[in-house]
Amino acid sequence: MMDALQQFSAHYNYYITIFLMISGLFIVIARGNLIKKLIGLSLFQTSVYLLYLTPAKIVGGTAPIYDKNFTVYANPLPHVLMLTAIVVGVATLALGLALVVRIKEAYGTVEEDEIFTKDPESE
Amino acid sequence: MSALNWGAAEPHLPILLVMTPIFGALFSTFLRRGVLAWLLALIVTLSLPLMSITLLLKVLETGQPIIYKIGNWDAPFGIVYKVDQLSAYVLCVISFIGAVILPYARRSIAAEIEEPAQSWYITMYLLCLGGLLGIVITGDAFNAFVFLEISSLSTYVLIALGRHRRALLASYQYLIMGTIGATFYIIGVGLLYLVTGTLNFDDLSQRLSTAVADPGMRNATLTALGFIVVGLALKLALFPMHVWLPNAYAYAPSVATAFLAGTATKAAIYLLIRVVFSVFGTALSVEALPIPDLLLVLSLAAMFLASFSAVFENNAKRMLAYSSVAQVGYIMLGVALANQASMTGALAHIANHAIMKTALFLALGAVFYRIGSVLYSDMSGIGRKMPLTMAAFAIAGIGLMGTPGTSGFISKWYLAIGAIDAGLYSVVFMIVASSLISVVYIGRITEVVWFREPSPAAATAKEAPLSMLIPLWLLAGLTVYLGFDTRLTADVSAKAADILIGGIR
Repeated sequence: MMDALQQFSAHYNYYITIFLMISGLFIVIARGNLIKKLIGLSLFQTSVYLLYLTPAKIVGGTAPIYDKNFTVYANPLPHVLMLTAIVVGVATLALGLALVVRIKEAYGTVEEDEIFTKDPESE
Repeated sequence: MSALNWGAAEPHLPILLVMTPIFGALFSTFLRRGVLAWLLALIVTLSLPLMSITLLLKVLETGQPIIYKIGNWDAPFGIVYKVDQLSAYVLCVISFIGAVILPYARRSIAAEIEEPAQSWYITMYLLCLGGLLGIVITGDAFNAFVFLEISSLSTYVLIALGRHRRALLASYQYLIMGTIGATFYIIGVGLLYLVTGTLNFDDLSQRLSTAVADPGMRNATLTALGFIVVGLALKLALFPMHVWLPNAYAYAPSVATAFLAGTATKAAIYLLIRVVFSVFGTALSVEALPIPDLLLVLSLAAMFLASFSAVFENNAKRMLAYSSVAQVGYIMLGVALANQASMTGALAHIANHAIMKTALFLALGAVFYRIGSVLYSDMSGIGRKMPLTMAAFAIAGIGLMGTPGTSGFISKWYLAIGAIDAGLYSVVFMIVASSLISVVYIGRITEVVWFREPSPAAATAKEAPLSMLIPLWLLAGLTVYLGFDTRLTADVSAKAADILIGGIR
């Protein structure tokens, strides 16, 4: 029991990552509201930031600028990569929301099942 | 041997190949008029095949990959662009298709897109082209993700600008699926980065071969492989992850459909081949995860089930979209068999299918330009009114069936030899059987357009304008030409396959 708890607490941020990942993906699949789907998608993408950042942070580590006072350095590359991924995620969300606005104009609803009843062939 | 003299720009061709369309996209946003943006894009896209052909010739001549270090940072620290036989070949295919469509695009875009959006449309086209070229040329796993998203985001816009409101839904669905696919890919890359601490493809494959000795690392590596394969399979529309594709192709503007059908799935296929073969090496994939078996079953399912869907379709663009899923099945079949001949067939089919499918969609675009519909009921008898367009359609269609004397035959021939080499005689039979289904769906539309009385819409149609016919016939001509002269496709593919397969043993 203690072992399992220790195992859990040592890796708790990975469990959070996996929980966010699965719940994001679940929302995308299970929800019929186009905006909620996008929120799920965003959550799913956000979990990836944690996946990259968790191992990049070293406790007590500093920026990798050589100095006699420090011996532990953290790798900055994952942070930079996730900066790019955040930009991509924001762009995707913005484009998705813009599409939903246009869909609302064209169909008068953002509920998937209502769209399919109005336009059966679009499924 | 290099026919073109690029002067001082010669060593910088790899980066120029990607940056030219991206800067072209940037400048075309400043051009408010569609015609001006189109002229700029024409110059940009025509320069790209010249660059990629120069790169291909150089790689073939020296037999060594061209490595371009961005900012002169060495490989594991900086991002490198790597042009080897495979990537140079795919670069040629993508840039060539991108260039051929553009002369055609002017009239088609003018007819299908409202004026203020026309220059934006061209911008998105160039961005998408730049992204696709970037996926193929880069030697860095994360850089490939960024380019994947550049091309995907612009693709969503290209699709959403279709005239029917379903285009919006198709684009939305593709956005959801595409983003899930790309995120799966990036999760896989993240796990690989955790295992190896590098993102460079070459470096990754070296470090992985030692890292997998540790059981924990091995599990992480296999999980990464699973995520990457599933993510890219979503992107390349491998059955059964193809559901976004038929609607996206059917409701996108004609130019976008022709462009995406020729290039978008091909870049994703390239990335999958690059990761599975060059980074993991099939040794790892074969022993631990049954990825080739899985791909084999899925590609065979694609070849049959998607072909059947195509047979019963009444919208010509959707029919060809299902046929695209089936043809991706052929390419993935060659990848799954993973021997010299089958890889040659798969790689040759990347070029051959790009040429044939683009020709088919361009022909449909010309029909849409004249009668505003691609439903079978409206297209009946159109062959008599637009004989040149539909003759080119028929030639490319015959190529799609894999008839001897067309390029489609060459790739299927190599695929069949690959299946025999692998000892899977039933697969040879299935390649032939699914080709027969393509005879049915191409035959059905041929019957509609040539042998029926013209519909009211078709009766008043005129032959397509010359700017549409020339690109169309260029591609139709190539379909036949590449059926006889295989130096451009099969020979280059064979060399690339050598290196891929050689990397495993």
